[in-house]
Amino acid sequence: MTTATVTKAPAPTGAVAGGNALAGTRTLIRFNLRRDRVRLPVWILALFLGTIATASNYKELYADPEDRANVVETMDSPAGLAMSGPRHYLDDYNFGSMLGHQMLGFMAVLVGLMSVLIITRHTRTEEETNRAELVRSTVVGRHAHLAAALSVAVLANLVLALLLAFGLSGMGIEGIDTGGSLLYGFAHAAVGIVFAAVAAVTVQITAHARGASGMALAVIGVAYVLRAAGDVGSNGALSWLSPIGWVQRTYVYVDNRWWPLLLCLVLAVLCAAAGFALSTRRDVGAGLRASRLGSPVASEALTRPFGFALRLHRGVLIGFGAGLFLMGVMYGSILGDAEDMLGDIDELQEALDRIGGANVAESFAAMVLVVITVVAVVYVVMAALRPRSEETAGRAEPLLATGLSRARWVGSHLAVAMTGGTFLLLMAGLGFGISGAASTGDGGLFLKLVGAALAYAPALWVTAGVAVVFFGWFPRASAAAWIVPVYAFVVGYLGQILQFPDWMNNLSPLGHVPQLPAADMNWTPLLLLTLIAAGLTWLGIEGFRRRDLETK
Amino acid sequence: MTKAITVSGLHKSFGKTHALDGLDLDVETGEVHGFLGPNGAGKSTTIRVLLGLLRADSGATQVLGRDPWADAVELHRHLAYVPGDVELWPNLTGGEAIDLLSRLRGGINKQRRDELIERFDLDPTKKGRAYSKGNRQKVAIVAALASDAELLLLDEPTAGLDPLMEVVFQDVIFEAKAAGKTVLLSSHILAQVEKLADRVSIIRLGQIVQSGTLSEMRHLTRTTIEAETERPATGLDGLPGVHDVQTDDGRVRFAVDGSRLDGAVRKLIEFGIRSLVSHPPTLEELMLRHYGDELAANGNSKSHSTGTTEADGAVR
Repeated sequence: MTTATVTKAPAPTGAVAGGNALAGTRTLIRFNLRRDRVRLPVWILALFLGTIATASNYKELYADPEDRANVVETMDSPAGLAMSGPRHYLDDYNFGSMLGHQMLGFMAVLVGLMSVLIITRHTRTEEETNRAELVRSTVVGRHAHLAAALSVAVLANLVLALLLAFGLSGMGIEGIDTGGSLLYGFAHAAVGIVFAAVAAVTVQITAHARGASGMALAVIGVAYVLRAAGDVGSNGALSWLSPIGWVQRTYVYVDNRWWPLLLCLVLAVLCAAAGFALSTRRDVGAGLRASRLGSPVASEALTRPFGFALRLHRGVLIGFGAGLFLMGVMYGSILGDAEDMLGDIDELQEALDRIGGANVAESFAAMVLVVITVVAVVYVVMAALRPRSEETAGRAEPLLATGLSRARWVGSHLAVAMTGGTFLLLMAGLGFGISGAASTGDGGLFLKLVGAALAYAPALWVTAGVAVVFFGWFPRASAAAWIVPVYAFVVGYLGQILQFPDWMNNLSPLGHVPQLPAADMNWTPLLLLTLIAAGLTWLGIEGFRRRDLETK
Repeated sequence: MTKAITVSGLHKSFGKTHALDGLDLDVETGEVHGFLGPNGAGKSTTIRVLLGLLRADSGATQVLGRDPWADAVELHRHLAYVPGDVELWPNLTGGEAIDLLSRLRGGINKQRRDELIERFDLDPTKKGRAYSKGNRQKVAIVAALASDAELLLLDEPTAGLDPLMEVVFQDVIFEAKAAGKTVLLSSHILAQVEKLADRVSIIRLGQIVQSGTLSEMRHLTRTTIEAETERPATGLDGLPGVHDVQTDDGRVRFAVDGSRLDGAVRKLIEFGIRSLVSHPPTLEELMLRHYGDELAANGNSKSHSTGTTEADGAVR
């Protein structure tokens, strides 16, 4: 009897221990889906409908083969290739290859964003708010949170893939066939799952959801810049370092190669495994590194509102500054290639000269600066919405119960957002200018590029103003300020490819900035943008002074 | 005496919830005023209106002779606040948070700050996220008490503190009172308020239901008497104001209204008193008197629920 119990005992324990780490995953998946019942469908439908709308737009825009030939000419330039995809698509530019060329790289960024946000929301945010601790104290395994989050991300990506596959093949557009559409859909899923797995690693590293999603988004940014540099440069080697480059090299609707998706799968499995392994090396709620002890007293600067705000924003600002500098360096390094590429085609050079008197490198630079500014706008929105997250976290309350006025408190964060955004433009401009001047051998380009980057500063200030108006008057809708960078990106970037009407461009604050160095400097719009920024800031602060502080 | 805080007819709604429903409150300068009520009664909302963080729908409020909404910043230079649930910046140390809050208020007494950190046994070099609830609470308490504020608004300040620290807190509040500071202490820990407060206001459903000194309030309620007599005590039931008489082999126990105490004791003397114990009404009984109907409605009888937790739980 005794022996029987003894020998039997380990078996159930062993079985439980084996299943332990994932216990409760299924319940958590259902729970996550319940929490995201609005968020996920909105994401997936927006991405799906955006693609469908673009595809049907092509049919009208480029009905004539002649129009298509024209767009090939536009695309076959450094600027065109940098914001679309590899040149091989251009060989037979029908509606299908157009979709693969122009949309896939852009959509990969958005799908990646969706995946990263799903992962951080269901893992690190849960830990940071101590909700995970409560859940983990029940019968839930060590790996259940991450496994459930990854499952939801995979599920969302697969749903999007199937929607795209069936939606596109059902449209009956010439060149968009069923086989290609299937690959097109699964290319989205593959790259989305890769970035979900990347986020599974970054959420282990830092104890903050903001930092974790920031790191993962930086990976997406690097992947995008690598493929842009690779596609413009003479050999495509750099593109092979980027998962976005991989899915673009399926040459969907042209060659329909499936094997690059395998690369994505392997990378995703490796990253996810690393995520699970790293998570066992840390405590719930903690990052990989134990937090260090700090100063027992505050420095003089910290106890002033601006110094304090700067301290809170410091980490993010440094991260963005380094990222934008590198981004500028990478784009600058292909500026020389850009010049060579078209320099010897006299006709095109003449055409460009007629349009704006600018050379190829300058028009390419103007396009790059739009992308760089959008990244800086993302920082500005994050920083300008910081008062809101401080408020909802309950940290504003003790501060505003001191001699600090509401206007000064919000003002200090806005000051950091605005000067910080300008600093980011300067960093990007320096990187772009140094490496651009070096690669083209034109030293005069350095100052031109730095100045061109700084010309976007008033547009950043307007963005901060929009954010503070939401914060002051509609605090619960503060997240709506994210419309500015998303809209600016879609219009400033896609708008150039899809030829949006002028009024759409005019709605974006970035649309009013002179496109230096390709265009001439014009101070009037910059002055007006600055005045608008000042007006919006005043309006937002007045709103905040009139409303209740939200407390926990 | 001048008044540090005067509130009359204060109303505040959040959507359909009436958090404050005509609240009146007076706090004299230099007193420790207990502000008692269960969770959700409106204590924190009142304090946030007093701080100018929330705007009252109607009613008059004056703190240190100022309107807290219009004059918030100037007012804040003269008061210090400890929230019930302190949130700190994850990447700032406790010491930095203390300096930040105190200097933004207008200055810090370095010596007093260090002394308080020592007495509360706080490690000021740890980062905000590394602190437990009790330690986060200490950071806010030290920041508030290290300043030269004339008014302290404390919203359940000791939630999460251990009993040793609770004692330190009481000492510090007595010192503040001796230094002439005014304290508004919101709490549902009755023993704490009983020890510290000169006067008490009891809040219920957004209204003050009772306000006064503890002795005034005790007068309004019943004293419990337990006595051992030579002969069995009889006829006590018939006396006016005497309730719940229980006799057991020469021992008698009953409750008597404050105003009828004299008559009951005279009657008891007739039976020859061997020993006599009298319990003044505790704040718990005061509270139960005001929440008793809700407890009864929830199926709890008075005799069962004497604990604060049950009283709170029933009202929730």
